[in-house]
Amino acid sequence: MTGHHAAQTPVTDGVDQAVSYESEAVLRAVDVVKSYVLDEVVVNALRGVNLEVRRGEMLAIMGPSGSGKSTLMHIVGLLDHPTTGTVSIDDEDVSGMEPNQLAAVRNKRIGFVFQSFNLLARTTAQANVELPLVYAGVSGSERSRRAREALERVGLGDRLGHMPNQLSGGQQQRVAIARALVTEPSIVLADEPTGNLDSRSGVEVMQILQDLNEQGITVVLVTHDARVARHAQRVVHLRDGQIVLNELVEDSIKAAWEVQQLDSVDAIGHDLDSLSVNARPRP
Amino acid sequence: MNIVESFRIALRALNANKVRSALTMLGVIIGVAAVILLVSIGTGVQSQITGQIAGLGSNLLYVFPGKLEGRGGPGGGGVGKKLTLDDVKYLQARLGSSNLVIPELAGAGDFRYHNQTMNGQVTASDENVNQAAIGTVQIGRWYGRGEAVGASHVAVLGSGVRDTLFPGQNPVGASIDVNGQPFRIIGVLEKKGGGFGGNQDNIVSIPLSTAQQLFGTSDVSVILVRVADAKQVDAVKAQAQIALRPRFSDQFTVFTQAQTLSFLSTILGTLTAMLAGLASISLLVGGIGIMNIMLVSVSERTREIGIRKAVGARTYDILSQFVIEAMVLSVLGGVLGILVGAGGALALRSVVSTQVTWWAVTLAFFFSAGVGVFFGVYPAYRASRLDPIEALRYE
Repeated sequence: MTGHHAAQTPVTDGVDQAVSYESEAVLRAVDVVKSYVLDEVVVNALRGVNLEVRRGEMLAIMGPSGSGKSTLMHIVGLLDHPTTGTVSIDDEDVSGMEPNQLAAVRNKRIGFVFQSFNLLARTTAQANVELPLVYAGVSGSERSRRAREALERVGLGDRLGHMPNQLSGGQQQRVAIARALVTEPSIVLADEPTGNLDSRSGVEVMQILQDLNEQGITVVLVTHDARVARHAQRVVHLRDGQIVLNELVEDSIKAAWEVQQLDSVDAIGHDLDSLSVNARPRP
Repeated sequence: MNIVESFRIALRALNANKVRSALTMLGVIIGVAAVILLVSIGTGVQSQITGQIAGLGSNLLYVFPGKLEGRGGPGGGGVGKKLTLDDVKYLQARLGSSNLVIPELAGAGDFRYHNQTMNGQVTASDENVNQAAIGTVQIGRWYGRGEAVGASHVAVLGSGVRDTLFPGQNPVGASIDVNGQPFRIIGVLEKKGGGFGGNQDNIVSIPLSTAQQLFGTSDVSVILVRVADAKQVDAVKAQAQIALRPRFSDQFTVFTQAQTLSFLSTILGTLTAMLAGLASISLLVGGIGIMNIMLVSVSERTREIGIRKAVGARTYDILSQFVIEAMVLSVLGGVLGILVGAGGALALRSVVSTQVTWWAVTLAFFFSAGVGVFFGVYPAYRASRLDPIEALRYE
């Protein structure tokens, strides 16, 4: 599952040293434990996870379902709180913050992309993208301009007034990405962003995430899919609530190339169609 | 984020969910309108009837046969000795000429003019009928002494009878059949209005002697005493009781106008209370409607709250949005409900008298608005305190 292109480094205890750069960590989780009670049974979703995300990198957190990868993303995204352990964003410890302070951090520094999109129903793409800016206190005209820019950036400049139910899954996910990056966050967290999409939409979404990363945005990707994970530069493997492997991907998959492949396959299919039409015997 | 922005978010959310907004408002509208309408009917009828009774003057005494026991009402004591014209003369002699003693006889009547018939009440009296509080003559005249004594076939119509049998016409001079006998119409009474179903205008008044022949009786139903000095009502009442005791023992009742009024007020108050009870049921139903639509939308709204929190909404932002949403719906629904209720009350005026009361408006408005705000805000309050991920996961 690790592939031929990956260099494996064993996990030492503490912060994963292989990629630890002084004060370059945009996100740092230390000894994060999450346990909760489900049907009177204590579930240990995370058992002491240490994770550091460098500014500008594209990291995948990979693991089978139940490995705790989503829980980890929710905790480092400040949507959930750890049972013990600390989380720092931009070198600021957010563990002891009030819910409203956490909201402000989420608003300004974190962008989310969910598997199920989580757009507001019956609300236009434009208004959905503006939502974080509303809570950031940005004025109306400025909001509108920035939301439009973000939507243009994900290729939806012509869909501003569409409601989520008028958009395809891939388009909805791109609206969600626009919403995630409209506040110019320090980090974008994407939880199974391609999970609900067909392969082409999935590849397109991955291309957008890679493009954003190339433009300097830190991206953390959570997935169970090894192929999706290999779009990142580094993959952290999670199993039973612990990091078991931290691998650098040497030649990560370029989604742009995949899109080209799909285009050419389509083109060939199209040529074949027209060929068969032309080859039909004439009466 | 300021309050203007909160309003904008709330209004946008309401606008995005038009059906839900409309249904919630409908609950408030129905509750408020029903209460206002029903209570206005109750109070309207009550004040109209008590007003009529009070308008007859406070110096009237009513003598009924039979003993009034407890809450049996006048004449509720069962069949005893009836009042007769002889009692009228006797009472007139005992009470002095300054106090006017007037007999009244009432019975069921069917009235016929050409092919048209209707049912109503025959109310008979003597030449002092104009003092008997049956009504005021609008066209024509009352019967006089000669007609009263001579059993003349003359009739004064209530406005309801005129409207039914002689729509848009002046019936004076025409002939009408009352219980199969022809009567010449000599007058029409002014409209008294609603009462219990408008019956008060469906009467025909004829001379007492004629009515006694018509009904084959020598009794009178009630004896009225119009006391000259209103201050002497209680004294005259005592006098009448003393006078009648040798003849009737205790099988008679003397009622003052004040007693009648308070008696009727009790009945009508019960009616209003009953209508208010019905109205509060519709208020409750409206409230349950509001509650339902709010609770049903909780799962969707909890996810919405999760999304909003994930992108940076603070607890205050969420709460202010939901409070404003609920208040806008409740106030808008309440105002519409008041308009519908008051408009309905106004429209019903031609059928039954109505009177919009402020306590009903206030009660209905604040109850519905309170229910709306509570059930709009309480689930949101709970959701706003969840971790965002809990809210996002809510099914």
